[in-house]
Amino acid sequence: MLRDTLRRFLSDVYSDEQRNVSLATEHGMSREIWLQLAELGVVHALFAEHVGGLGGHGYDIATVFEEIGRAGVVEPLLENAILAGGLIADLGTDDQRAVLDAVMSGGHQLAFAHGEPHSRYEMSRVSTAAKAVGQGIVLNGRKAVVSNGEAAQTLVVSARTAGEDDAEDGISLFLIPADAPGLSTREYPKIDGGFACEIDLHDVKVPDDALLGRSGDAFPAIEARMSMAIAAVSAEALGAMETARQLTVDYLRTRTQFGRPIGKFQVLQHRMADMLIEIEQARSAVLNLAAALDKPRDVRERNASATKNLIGRVGRLVAEECIQMHGGIGMTQEYSLAHFARRLVMVDHEFGDTDHHLERFIALSQARG
Amino acid sequence: MSAQIDLGEFRKEVREFLREKLPVRISNKVRSGLRMSKADYEEWHAILNEKGWLAVNWPIEFGGTGWTAHQRFIFEDEMCAAHAPRIVPFGLMMLGPVLQKFGSQAQRDRFLPRILNGDDWWCQGYSEPGAGSDLASLKTRAVRDGDHYVVNGQKTWTTLGQHANWIFCLVRTDTEVKPQAGISFMLIDMASPGVEIRPIRLLDGEAEVNEVFFDDVRVPVENLVGEENQGWTYAKYLLTHERTNIAGTGFAKAGLDAVKRIAGQEMAGGKPLAANPLFAARLAQVEIDLMAMETTNLRVIAQVAAGQAPGVESSMLKIKGTELRQQINDLTRRAVGPYAIPFVSEALDEGSNAQAIGPDYAAPVAAQYFNNRKLTIYGGSNEVQRTIIAKQVLDL
Repeated sequence: MLRDTLRRFLSDVYSDEQRNVSLATEHGMSREIWLQLAELGVVHALFAEHVGGLGGHGYDIATVFEEIGRAGVVEPLLENAILAGGLIADLGTDDQRAVLDAVMSGGHQLAFAHGEPHSRYEMSRVSTAAKAVGQGIVLNGRKAVVSNGEAAQTLVVSARTAGEDDAEDGISLFLIPADAPGLSTREYPKIDGGFACEIDLHDVKVPDDALLGRSGDAFPAIEARMSMAIAAVSAEALGAMETARQLTVDYLRTRTQFGRPIGKFQVLQHRMADMLIEIEQARSAVLNLAAALDKPRDVRERNASATKNLIGRVGRLVAEECIQMHGGIGMTQEYSLAHFARRLVMVDHEFGDTDHHLERFIALSQARG
Repeated sequence: MSAQIDLGEFRKEVREFLREKLPVRISNKVRSGLRMSKADYEEWHAILNEKGWLAVNWPIEFGGTGWTAHQRFIFEDEMCAAHAPRIVPFGLMMLGPVLQKFGSQAQRDRFLPRILNGDDWWCQGYSEPGAGSDLASLKTRAVRDGDHYVVNGQKTWTTLGQHANWIFCLVRTDTEVKPQAGISFMLIDMASPGVEIRPIRLLDGEAEVNEVFFDDVRVPVENLVGEENQGWTYAKYLLTHERTNIAGTGFAKAGLDAVKRIAGQEMAGGKPLAANPLFAARLAQVEIDLMAMETTNLRVIAQVAAGQAPGVESSMLKIKGTELRQQINDLTRRAVGPYAIPFVSEALDEGSNAQAIGPDYAAPVAAQYFNNRKLTIYGGSNEVQRTIIAKQVLDL
């Protein structure tokens, strides 16, 4: 139901022109589109019922993000609903959750500031320090490639309150207003759409009730939300693969060289057939993870790494093959494929790449015995 | 001839020259992946020309180096290792040899010196919107009118055409014969009335290729190269002539060195990425392939030295070389992790105030990965090259 509504809405309004308008607007998003998505209930669908949402389960995530990917939407749904909003829903007090109504109705922007300049893909490597000082907490450190960070009015920031730099224990989360003194941002475009920023925290002072969840105990919640984010970007990649595939099939049918449509050449037919098989593998991987999100930690995490590894491989294959089979036209900025190809490749740089998750899958499998 | 050249000495001489004469400002730009300006290329061409090393595949009689294929290979290897800009190929590597073999004396006298001293910047007018892999289906029409041809049509993917004042084109002069037999090779002044050039922006945001439109452009008949309707022969000559460096072995080696350096600095799990077994294995795999490809390349060069013209070997080198370079681009992108995502285009301009977001080396790598998808498309797509091998070597 939601899938049909969302697909129809996006195919009506979210053209290449609309995406370019969004990207040329402040913070790389269209306020109008964002409010329309909220009105359709797309943001609600990604939150659990106990915080006023309509679901937030694996299949909701997979459904919404596949459509987001199919249309190439650059608006920050992941950042608001899955990551920062999700953590507030999972860990927040009633007071802290109060902001979620505004988030779901499109009136408040969030971002999750977790990665750091040297953390690469390690979820537990947090060097930003939070120290109790009299009445409150003081944060110092730097956060890297924070998607939607500049647009956000409220940031969920991870910081270390105890332990070594890469320890799972000792990580805490804080709700920090974007205009907090000592917090500065540097915004830039991402190569695949949208904006991110670097955040410097210099003696940023927050009250004790800025703490989200228990002190030093945030890692399990972060890990669970990262798996949901992996489900989201994997489903988004699946949608992007379908669009890239369709563009390429259409091109093979219409582009004529040597007196016939190039889709009549067997070498291209076979490559297209291989791509179709791999995209179906990607679809199954997304379903596996969607089903595993509610399962115990070991099942969930093993599936998250399996899916992200496969999506990384297939995403690259689809992007590269679609460009190659188009030839020069596939490399031009103004042709639709460019956006989808860039997104498919760059998904591998979010929440752990193919190799990171291959190693993690091995480690999780061995730990299981 | 090649037996008398001490190649070790030659390599030392090239290395010494590059150390002395390659401007640090320019090599830093190449190393950092910054945008090269027209003036940068011209400055470097002038330095090479002064040394007599600009026209590496021209005979001495035309002002070239007269080098053997092996010398050219060493020269490119050292150029890449020193982060020298590539020699812009259109006038020097492409048009020059065609004029030397098929051009009139007047054309040679007029154009060859201007290529060497940088008076002219040439671009290539081959591909058209409807003629890519099937180049012979090109439609740009040239009709004789007195002592001129009148040219109408459109060329595309014209690399660095924005800098060019001349374009060499394949045009159709006979529509009654089979496609290959009705093509002529023509030189067109870009300042002629009716020539219009428009940039094409690529998926890395850059505009290095162009569309070129011809609307009743009058071209003097003396700008026809060789005979009318023989252009396909000349174009094919150009596609196989001296293409022993088509693998880009030097570029691959320089790229592999760069990704190794990055992997030594990037940290993954508390250790340098270079020490990560998976990444180390991927790097090793590429290096093993590259070692073999370099030898394949040298074997082809040895055949040339023995008097065999390279033909389909250039197809083999093109496929293997471009795919290896793309793998290296892919590993480089992956090496920098999340910092591949930021893309501050202005940071790639020399002297820009825009700081790189992550480590300096991360700034251009995603764009370079996307840009170099062109390697397997241009210069005869790798699919076309495979068909050449299947037909001409395997006789299938």
